Amino acid sequence: MASRSADLEVEGLVKRFGEVVALDGVSLDIASGELLTILGPSGSGKTTLLKVVAGFETPDAGAVKVDGIDITTMPPAKRDIGMVFQNYALFPHLTVARNVAFPLEMRNAPRAEIDKRVGEALNLVELKGFENRLPRQLSGGQQQRVALARAIVFNPRLLLLDEPFGALDRKLRETMQLEVRRLQRRLGLTTVFITHDQEEALVLSDRIAVMNRGAIQQVASTTEIYERPANDFVADFVGESNIFHGTVTETGSVTLESGRRLLITHSAPVGSRVGVLMRPERFGRGPNTFNGEIREAVYLGSSLKLRLACDDGLELIVRLPVTGPLPASGSRISTGIEPESIHVF
Amino acid sequence: MSSSTPFSSPVFGGARCFVKVRGFLPALPALILLFCFFLFPVVRMLGFSVEAGTLDWYAKALGEGLYLEVFWNTFEIAMIVTAVCLLLGYPVGFLIATTTPGWATLGFIFVLLPLWTSVLVRTYAWMVLLGRNGVFNRWLIDIGLVSDPLPLLNNFSGVLIGMVHVLLPYMVLPIYGAVRRLDPALVSAAQGLGASSWRVFWRVYLPLTAPGIFAGATIVFVLSLGFFITPALLGGGKVMMLAVLIEQQIHQTLNWPFAAALSAVLLALTVGVYSLAQLFTRQEARS
Amino acid sequence: MSRRLLVVLCAAIYTFLMLPLVVVFPISFSSALYMQFPPPGFSLQWYERYLDDPQWIDATVRSLYIGGATAVLALALGVPLAFSLARGRFAGRLLVDRIALAPLVVPTIILSVGLYGLFAKLKLIGEWYGLVAAHTVLALPFVVLVTVAGLRDFDRALEQAAEGLGAGRVQTLLRVTLPLLRPSLVSAGLLAFISSFDELVVALFLAGPNMTLPKKMFDNIMMEIDPTIAAVSVMQILLVSIVLVLIGRFGRGLQGSAR
Repeated sequence: MASRSADLEVEGLVKRFGEVVALDGVSLDIASGELLTILGPSGSGKTTLLKVVAGFETPDAGAVKVDGIDITTMPPAKRDIGMVFQNYALFPHLTVARNVAFPLEMRNAPRAEIDKRVGEALNLVELKGFENRLPRQLSGGQQQRVALARAIVFNPRLLLLDEPFGALDRKLRETMQLEVRRLQRRLGLTTVFITHDQEEALVLSDRIAVMNRGAIQQVASTTEIYERPANDFVADFVGESNIFHGTVTETGSVTLESGRRLLITHSAPVGSRVGVLMRPERFGRGPNTFNGEIREAVYLGSSLKLRLACDDGLELIVRLPVTGPLPASGSRISTGIEPESIHVF
Repeated sequence: MSSSTPFSSPVFGGARCFVKVRGFLPALPALILLFCFFLFPVVRMLGFSVEAGTLDWYAKALGEGLYLEVFWNTFEIAMIVTAVCLLLGYPVGFLIATTTPGWATLGFIFVLLPLWTSVLVRTYAWMVLLGRNGVFNRWLIDIGLVSDPLPLLNNFSGVLIGMVHVLLPYMVLPIYGAVRRLDPALVSAAQGLGASSWRVFWRVYLPLTAPGIFAGATIVFVLSLGFFITPALLGGGKVMMLAVLIEQQIHQTLNWPFAAALSAVLLALTVGVYSLAQLFTRQEARS
Repeated sequence: MSRRLLVVLCAAIYTFLMLPLVVVFPISFSSALYMQFPPPGFSLQWYERYLDDPQWIDATVRSLYIGGATAVLALALGVPLAFSLARGRFAGRLLVDRIALAPLVVPTIILSVGLYGLFAKLKLIGEWYGLVAAHTVLALPFVVLVTVAGLRDFDRALEQAAEGLGAGRVQTLLRVTLPLLRPSLVSAGLLAFISSFDELVVALFLAGPNMTLPKKMFDNIMMEIDPTIAAVSVMQILLVSIVLVLIGRFGRGLQGSAR
């Protein structure tokens, strides 16, 4: 299958439903062949954004461009965009083969070509031999694959995935995530993937766009999003976090609202108000030490998760390697963190 | 970067101020038919009642004892039919809703089969069953329970039996729906708290299925008010209901204005009861 | 214990419901010349009398094509109406909904008298298409109820999927929406047919000299009760049973539709 993957650009999209603002000026650039994840809680506007790109909703303002051509008002049927829906939206009255053939039939492809391409697509998702089954005779994972095959069989310019793994159990979800990643790379298909699951986003994406309240909070690579979130929301939504606010009192040092001072490497100007993020797994050794009482200890297999009430009034979530027996709650502990492990924003 | 617009709760009323016509067109052909063959002829006919410019025909319908009695009769029969249907319909609806799927299907078939069988077939069958020389009287005499045949037909009891038979399915189905919607956990909870099965019925099932009972009673009552075939055939001319009276005014006396006035009153009664019930249901749902 | 009581009670009520349907069977095969029960012997004479009587056959054929035409017309008008009601967003939708379902609540006698007056003026009494129009009014609520129920359960993501995959509006309707709605449409059409095939009150006023089957049965019951009508009844019951089986097999929403 020759790729005719395109780049996608959305500019200043606004969409209101009555008084609810679902999209509040969303702009994004997605390069050809890239997999971009839109990550956000439910109600953040991510599904609306996808529907606008697919053409199921018309924005109140802004534009959608594919390869620089404005398609904002083009009907969905004309857009050549493959989409996998939340519950797959397989046609229950058509067999697997007819489902996959549907987009080709709509394009009046010759019979022979349809058969050939359906075969190829089903091969690609490893569903050879299931041609004559009905969707309800398939498992969740298989239905997922059919939906995927149907979305790529007509060689779309763009692939949209709307929380496609939500209905699968954990194990299957992980397998499918890797499979989608493999397929997307192989076809070089520009892909927009929607999820509320931050772990999933980290596994799959080239870049992640975090959305909240109809607006993009940050667009960056996966490591950037995790290590250097742009604001409280991103820091809090992606991964576990200890977030505090304070003022830079001198270069390389921040005074938190509680009065506690932390050494940092960030060169924020003296006097500026900043946010401070400490990831729980970064604790261990370091000049910033914390002494406190364990309020709660949870054994997670590969690590221990502790809720720590520090003597200086801070409350911390800390992950430590398992070294001995589970520490009793109420026992005292001392830990620390390196200045370079503290992210300031 | 965060949004400057407050994220208000979902209120969809905002768009209502626009005149909206999306999706109206497909309704148009059906509406034209309904206008030409339903609304227009009915309104035109009702107009006959005030053609003379007076309300004399209404005064006659609502003033003369003879006709008042027909109104009262109709109302009384509708009430009794509704009550009997409720008494018979609840157990059946309840049973179908709480039995295994296989039995439920069978139970449904035996409710729907009579429902869709011609009222004439059923009326005829009741004549065969209830007549002076009918199956039922023969059997009673044969076993020596009575010496003379019971007068079951061409009177009130005949009409009652016939109407209950026709209308019972309309009671069973909404009650079935109401019982079905009940959360079985509630019943288990009540039983778990030590309530006997009668208690569970009175304190849990009955109050919680009240909307279904009310819906069924409304439809049965409203349909009863306008009933024609059963009273005409099984009443033997002795049980006069409104619809029968209207038909007589048209076919026998050719008194159109009076028939129109009676129709208007019947329509007002029917729509009134129905709307009142709807209003009541909505208020219940809100509280 | 009380469950057993309930079952016994319901058995009695079911007997009451089914008795009239069952009793016509033996009578229709009676060898007696007048109504007699139990029948003294077996004979097919009443079926023969029915088949040999052109009036009965005529009435049956007329009812069949009026019912068929009613089903077609009620579907053609009612299905778009149901789409409008289920999916449209227009001012006055509630009013349209009320009007569409009104024939269920308004007593049939009122509709009949109204149409009788109008049709007499238009010289439409006795015309089969006049009856079809009237029966369609009565059948529309069934079609609307069943189709709206079907549309309510319909997953609209399927239509979006079709459009996203390149299907236009019409193709989506023909290839996805209507095929998936077929069970509802089958039920709606069959219910519309039966409602017309059984309809008496309107026919009593509008059929004129051209008998429909229910009107012929009505006249027979009024004048002479001979077991021919039992034979007709048996056939009617069988027809309804077949239709119910068809609905159970290919249709949906029977419970919902009757509600």
